[in-house]
Amino acid sequence: MNIKEIKELLKLIDESSLTEFKLETDDVKLTVRTKDYHERSKTTFIHAQPDPMMVAPATPAANVAPVAASAPSTEEPTVDYLEIRSPIVGTFYRASAPDKPQFVKVGDSVAKGDVVCIVEAMKLFNDIESEVSGKIVKVMVDDASPVEYDQVLFLVDPNG
Amino acid sequence: MFNKILIANRGEIALRIIRTCREMGIKTVSVYSTADKDSLHVRFADESVCIGPPSSAESYLNIPRIMAAVEITNADAIHPGYGFLAENIEFAKICEQYGVKFIGPTSKQMAKMGDKISAKATMIKAGVPVVPGSEGLLKSVKQGKKLAKEIGYPVILKATAGGGGKGMRIIWKDDEFQHAWDSARQESKAAFGNDGMYIEKFVEDPRHIEIQILGDQFGNVCHLSERDCSIQRRHQKLVEESPSPFMTDELREKMGAAAKAAAKSINYEGAGTVEFLVDKHRNFYFMEMNTRIQVEHPVTEEVIDYDLIKEQIKAAAGIPISGEDYFPQMHAIECRINAEDIYNDFRPSPGTIEFLHLPKGHGIRVDTAAYSGYTISPYYDSMIAKLICRARTREECIQKLQRALDEFFIEGIHTTIPFHKALLKNEDFRSGNFNTGFMDTFEMPKKPLT
Repeated sequence: MNIKEIKELLKLIDESSLTEFKLETDDVKLTVRTKDYHERSKTTFIHAQPDPMMVAPATPAANVAPVAASAPSTEEPTVDYLEIRSPIVGTFYRASAPDKPQFVKVGDSVAKGDVVCIVEAMKLFNDIESEVSGKIVKVMVDDASPVEYDQVLFLVDPNG
Repeated sequence: MFNKILIANRGEIALRIIRTCREMGIKTVSVYSTADKDSLHVRFADESVCIGPPSSAESYLNIPRIMAAVEITNADAIHPGYGFLAENIEFAKICEQYGVKFIGPTSKQMAKMGDKISAKATMIKAGVPVVPGSEGLLKSVKQGKKLAKEIGYPVILKATAGGGGKGMRIIWKDDEFQHAWDSARQESKAAFGNDGMYIEKFVEDPRHIEIQILGDQFGNVCHLSERDCSIQRRHQKLVEESPSPFMTDELREKMGAAAKAAAKSINYEGAGTVEFLVDKHRNFYFMEMNTRIQVEHPVTEEVIDYDLIKEQIKAAAGIPISGEDYFPQMHAIECRINAEDIYNDFRPSPGTIEFLHLPKGHGIRVDTAAYSGYTISPYYDSMIAKLICRARTREECIQKLQRALDEFFIEGIHTTIPFHKALLKNEDFRSGNFNTGFMDTFEMPKKPLT
């Protein structure tokens, strides 16, 4: 594959509604993810199980393997952990500015009322305070990704 | 054309809008409260964003949360549906400031029609007939009598601070005026602490007939004929139809022209409905203008064969209309099926629909977001479905509706289906002989023993 062919392929992908494209030949292995892919993977889908009466909308992006940690996680048992949920819609940030330290990391202790993150909406930066005390066990959302109301942001071990 | 539309609504209208967007290749974003997480409008949209807890104030009416959802999804237009923020001037303004296209009129156009006094003044200027009345408060019985003579009896004396029918008196003759004046003022003072009164012509046995209009961004306006919505209970529409059984070609032409003049006078953009009161002499008077898509829009779609949501989106995207008017090619009737107990004053009856079977077949359309197992929550309106029937004649339409209602099963909650079945048997309804007073004298069906 030469540079001209790759450019042509990229143009075709860009003009299509594809969000992810993978090609593997003898001499080339190409993976392309468009801007839409990143936006798609950050959107949380609440309904993981398809209802037999409903047909899930078939869009190309629906076939993309969920990668972002913002998708509802079912890997670890969360029964004993408390949740810190977003009270608003916006973009989640781990720190108050790119060059500032993160508010909390996995393993940190938090007390009720501590600021754990920022959710920004329309240029307004909202400090999100923890309603619970304990140890941060898991960060559920990637930095700078969108969150919706009631979305789980952190898992907290109250006994930690 | 828009790339992505966020639907700032829920239920059947949100689903309706999503369907048209999919046909047009436009991506959709739905917003929902935690009470609606199992809703069809959430499932069928390309993306969905939870925006708040069940209360409308913190979700579907919450402008900052909705704008945040626009921001994180990069939607370039918002469709407000009906109700909620559809006629909220502040919301339309914020959309304009933020640079996301509000699918509907501009905030300025909305403001002109939202205020009843300014709307009336605009109509008078545009030459649209309005209910004649006093321009301000009446100073004396003498002034009132003089005005009443000009307007023509009967007139209705109304309290400016009034509501719920209080402080209102219908005056049929000149010598009744003094008594009406004294008692109305006394009642109003007692109820509202204000005895200011004004008069309007009392429109006898009015029918509620509205004209659907559509305007583009270039000053073109067209009308899509009428819908008769006279069957109302406490000002809530129950049944709508087109064409109106009371309509004549001449009246339609006059009302259509008046509705267009109303819309043109403010350069109206988008879909809108001009509501008129029509008396038994076929005099018509402007009542108000609704600057949004209406619940009963499918009635017009069925007789005109255009997708009104699509037309709204096209107008908002800057596509001009032809300016041609449209006339009903068929007859259509819509029955609003609500989760209400008709044997107990139409009390809302939320709950879970255990089993749902929708009527189908030739000429039947059902707009609904319900499904078997769906729970109608107490937080929002009680509408379950709209049953719309289309046929060549009004009689056939009624026959089809009866057939459809017989195969419409909603189990687990109370619905208004038995009311509609009884209505379709009523002689006055069948003969088209009804006005807005119909429900006052309609005999409700008896509750079945089982």
